[in-house]
Amino acid sequence: MSLGSWVQLTVLVAMLAVSTPLLGTYMAKVFGGVKAPGDRVFAPIERGIYRLCGIDPEGEQRWRAYATSVVAFSAVCVLGLFLLQRVQAWLPLNPDDLPNVPSFLAFNTAVSFVTNTNWQNYSGESTMTHLTQMAGLAVQNFVSAAVGIAVAVALVRGLTRRRAGTIGNFWVDLTRATLRLLVPIALVGALTLVGLGLIQNFSGFTEVATVEGATQQIPGGPVASQEVIKLLGTNGGGFFNGNSSHPFENPNPTTNILEIWLMLCIPFALTWTYGRLAGDLRQGLAVLGAMVVLWVSAAGLTMWMEGRSNPRLEGTAVTQVRTDTATGGNMEGKESRFGPPGSGLFATTATGTSTGAVNAMHDSFTPLGGMVPLVNMMLGEVSPGGVGSGLYGMLVFAILAVFVAGLMVGRTPEYLGKKIEAGEVKLVVLYILIVPVVVLVFAGISVLLGTARASILNPGPHGLSEVVYAYTSAANNNGSAFAGLTGGTDWYNITLGLAMLFGRFLLIVPVLAIAGAVAQKNHTPMSLGTFPTGTPTFTGLLVAIVLIVVGLTYIPVLALGPIVESLVA
Amino acid sequence: MTEQTAQNTQDQGPETGPGGASREGTAIGERAAVHAQRTGRQRRAILDPEILWPAVTDSFRKLKPTTLIANPVIFIVEVVSVVTTLLFVRDVFLVGGDPLFVGLVSFWLWFTVLFANFAEAVAEGRGKAQADTLRATRKQTTATRRLPDGTLEQTTSTALEVGDVVVVAAGEVIPSDGDVIEGIASVDESAITGESAPVIREAGGDRSAVTGGTRVLSDAIVVQISARPGETFLDRMIALVEGAERQKTPNELALTILLSGLTLIFLLATATLQPFAIYSGATGDKVISLTILLALLVCLIPTTIGGLLSAIGIAGMDRLVQRNVLAMSGRAVEAAGDVSTLLLDKTGTITYGNRQAVELIPMYGISVERLAEVARMSSLADETPEGKSIVALAEGVYGARSQEVPEGSEFIPFSAQTRMSGVDFDASSIRKGAADSVRQWIDEQGGEIPAGMDQTIDSIARDGGTPLVVAEGREVLGVVHLKDVIKEGMVERFGELRAMGIRTVMITGDNPVTASAIAEEAGVDDYLAEATPEDKMRLIRREQEGGKLVAMTGDGTNDAPALAQADVGVAMNSGTQAAKEAANMVDLDSDPTKLIDVVEIGKQMLMTRGSLTTFSIANDIAKYFAIIPAMFVGVFPALDALNLMRLESPVSAILSAVVFNALVIILLIPLALRGVSFRALPAAQVLRRNLFVYGIGGIVAPFIGIKLIDVVITALGIS
Repeated sequence: MSLGSWVQLTVLVAMLAVSTPLLGTYMAKVFGGVKAPGDRVFAPIERGIYRLCGIDPEGEQRWRAYATSVVAFSAVCVLGLFLLQRVQAWLPLNPDDLPNVPSFLAFNTAVSFVTNTNWQNYSGESTMTHLTQMAGLAVQNFVSAAVGIAVAVALVRGLTRRRAGTIGNFWVDLTRATLRLLVPIALVGALTLVGLGLIQNFSGFTEVATVEGATQQIPGGPVASQEVIKLLGTNGGGFFNGNSSHPFENPNPTTNILEIWLMLCIPFALTWTYGRLAGDLRQGLAVLGAMVVLWVSAAGLTMWMEGRSNPRLEGTAVTQVRTDTATGGNMEGKESRFGPPGSGLFATTATGTSTGAVNAMHDSFTPLGGMVPLVNMMLGEVSPGGVGSGLYGMLVFAILAVFVAGLMVGRTPEYLGKKIEAGEVKLVVLYILIVPVVVLVFAGISVLLGTARASILNPGPHGLSEVVYAYTSAANNNGSAFAGLTGGTDWYNITLGLAMLFGRFLLIVPVLAIAGAVAQKNHTPMSLGTFPTGTPTFTGLLVAIVLIVVGLTYIPVLALGPIVESLVA
Repeated sequence: MTEQTAQNTQDQGPETGPGGASREGTAIGERAAVHAQRTGRQRRAILDPEILWPAVTDSFRKLKPTTLIANPVIFIVEVVSVVTTLLFVRDVFLVGGDPLFVGLVSFWLWFTVLFANFAEAVAEGRGKAQADTLRATRKQTTATRRLPDGTLEQTTSTALEVGDVVVVAAGEVIPSDGDVIEGIASVDESAITGESAPVIREAGGDRSAVTGGTRVLSDAIVVQISARPGETFLDRMIALVEGAERQKTPNELALTILLSGLTLIFLLATATLQPFAIYSGATGDKVISLTILLALLVCLIPTTIGGLLSAIGIAGMDRLVQRNVLAMSGRAVEAAGDVSTLLLDKTGTITYGNRQAVELIPMYGISVERLAEVARMSSLADETPEGKSIVALAEGVYGARSQEVPEGSEFIPFSAQTRMSGVDFDASSIRKGAADSVRQWIDEQGGEIPAGMDQTIDSIARDGGTPLVVAEGREVLGVVHLKDVIKEGMVERFGELRAMGIRTVMITGDNPVTASAIAEEAGVDDYLAEATPEDKMRLIRREQEGGKLVAMTGDGTNDAPALAQADVGVAMNSGTQAAKEAANMVDLDSDPTKLIDVVEIGKQMLMTRGSLTTFSIANDIAKYFAIIPAMFVGVFPALDALNLMRLESPVSAILSAVVFNALVIILLIPLALRGVSFRALPAAQVLRRNLFVYGIGGIVAPFIGIKLIDVVITALGIS
């Protein structure tokens, strides 16, 4: 890795080292049910919201009720967002007179934002009105993230409670996550980003004459406010088609680092929250350790591979080595202000966190450099994963790891003192089965189906990567686009939409069912005979289990896509 | 703990000792060997030819799909084997087919199924052999039934109903389980326990239970039958060792679900490979054949653990049987591994059951020699273990031997009123007994209690011992220190249990002071003093409330509720029927110390399962590196870079993987039956060790194995 890569990685790790304990402890207080900082400000607002919505904040829910609330809330959100897009032309804040969004695209987009995926089969500036962006997409950016956090917190409650029937109240968790966590950080973050050069206005396109005398359409809009939650909530849906490569979304290396931090701060901090709520910080640190190992390795690999020259371009006039004016490395599809380090770090973070934002063209990465973001998503978004979804995904893997290896110490496997038995294993298996089924089946059909094949822009292994990337991104609720695939067709609008729905709710329901099942169990006290889950050994085991389970599932298709592509080159 | 078992275990004590001493990291197997030697029962080798041959036939019988479906992983392999066989038949007649390759793949896939069946059959075979021996015992016997009017009639054992009363004379076989209601007899129980020394069975009390199939050696007893025909202990024992009622244990069930889930994932990964392959240009003559896809599927699904899973469970039960412990269900064996609290009776389990003299403490001005002489003399006629131990101590340690008891002396036996015993000579008299009684005796004679006696007595009591004051005439000579002697090796075993995270609680009727002293000396974690059955029950409940699993032993009828409440209750075979009914394990040797072995066997079984699961999954990495390049090298020659093992050809690569996959099952059968090596270590160390051996080993082993098979296949010219 280049010096630039090391510096950026170090700065980021330092920022996270500060934010993780602070934010983690704060969230533990917010969701732990005790007094939390800021009660004086937030408590009256919350009471108002509860009264307005008829929520009993003391009323705890069993897992079924919790899951029903999640699904019902999300269904209403999908419907509302769909309708908003279908009537946006007649509503205010439409300076460019954009038409209503076509129905398949509106479905895809509604599902995409509600599931925290933010796959975009459209170009933001020329499809969505400012109202749709702000009242529709941005709102979903907040609440879909809050849903993820709520589910994660519910699972942690299940693991830490003893002989309990309930796992919390979804509406309370949703409200508190939005109000006490996302809104304050977004507010400060947006102002900071504006200060660093992002735009925030209600203008439409501005026509300007360039130095060369040509005219250019310069878009405007409430970008900073959307940008911050896009990253903080690991959503990824850009205001502009160019996403974070657009200078108004991500103008310079400083904003780039800040944006990467925004994606990572909550997922990492939630492990700290988990440790605090479990009453044993080491439990959280072991999970954090696994996430850090996966994230740093992915980031390091991509930064290194993109920093190397492209063998195909050797012997041509293209300069691939570092000079005073060029960063060197594989610069195709990258912004010169970010270069391979800033792009590689952003790409692996955005895919590892289920954000899916891009500041470079992943399609133009080297085959293996582009495989890392793909694998990152295949891992099931646990490196460190989306807000909430990262933690619950990793905890499911932890339960699996405990079950596979836990028997090796001669006891019925336990996680946090909860026995892992047939019921939980069934749900864990369901969880790890859903996404591969969705990805492999849809991708398998797509490469054979004539109409679907027509969307592939590049033939051969690269085209296979494009299709697999799209479904992996959708089913894992990432939203990252490899590009090179025309996603705006009916086939992809519908199947990607379904992939997003399955990948979100068919995972959340088992997770909540696990929460409900383990909450009821008694807690076996820790002893020397307990399988240790708060140690570096467990971190290593967890990483191995994630890699092996995912690797064994996807190795064949990876071999035919990026691996063979890299070998041929 | 009753007198009977106390006596029993005391006899066995010194023999258990060597097994328990110097046991730093002794494997269970070795302990079992010591045990087998002791009981005189032949220990079967892991792969006994007498078991192997029937197992071979059984592995074919087990091919029946309706039986095999209980094991989803192996069932899938069978389905695949059938399909490849059909493909082979097709290729034989098809021009351009590849019958040799398809045939070989098919052949080895069948072997994979057969090897898995064989593993199970061998595990069952060991039990079956034992069941046959037991069945020989069960053969119909005649019985002498005593009717209510007192008349006797001859009948058969199978005609006996619950409540019938039978008379069994010397030399006769007891026809069914029951309780002795009249008489006392020595009974040879070797048919069930393997222990040749006869045991005493008598009416009333805690040693009244007799087992059908055992033989009365002397005297005659009247037995009231307590078991219905076909439901005797022997019947249940046969069913258990045979595994006829075997059900999947909770962990086994959970593991089966996981393995089925993995199988589904791999089914999916292989099934969707064909579209991707076609997209990638694997069409026409480069098309990936169904045989290859099926071979890949079988190699990836966890056949190793799938094939060995049930064998591991059966072998775990069998290991207990080898140690003369009958587990009523596999669930109990599993629970034994999970146990976090062991309740151990002090007497017979932790200590030898009887107090022994360990020290003579003379009063001021008395020589220890004189005290020893007198103490010895006072106990010469005392037949209690305590008395014998005083004689042994006085002679062995203090060298007292010279004086014989003069003619015409009168021995005064111990009585509950006087709480003293001794001997009266012409000249004087000697007494030994509880401090208060001796004090009174001295007072009556106008003697003086020496200064320091009370202090000595108190200090012995504080150490958990029992002081016996020895007096001659009006003079107190000294104090005998009687104490509970901890069985050899127990301190180390408790240390091991603690290392494994298991808490030991000593149960005793002693007062708290004594109990605490013994507990400290033995190294148990806690004790329950002056324990009543209710206290015991409360303790079990409290531990269970706290999420702990509790194991205990018991033999008396008043132990029955606690045995039933405990997660693992081991009843002594010498105990009452009620205790045996309530427990989920019965120890035929009636050795309460064995509870610790039971826990270790349970742990070892779970470890074996976990280790082989890890090994099985880790194996897949190498198989991918063998098969994926072989599959696609036709379409993408560059993929040969993934052929890390440099396998000779695609055909040999795929065959090698399939053959390895089959052979690894057979190679691991001994490990599955014997269990992974067990050491009493904290979980963290066990994990690191097993992760290294079975995790890293599981990744590396197949790379080597597949390469070796590839070399052989190439040498044979098949590729």
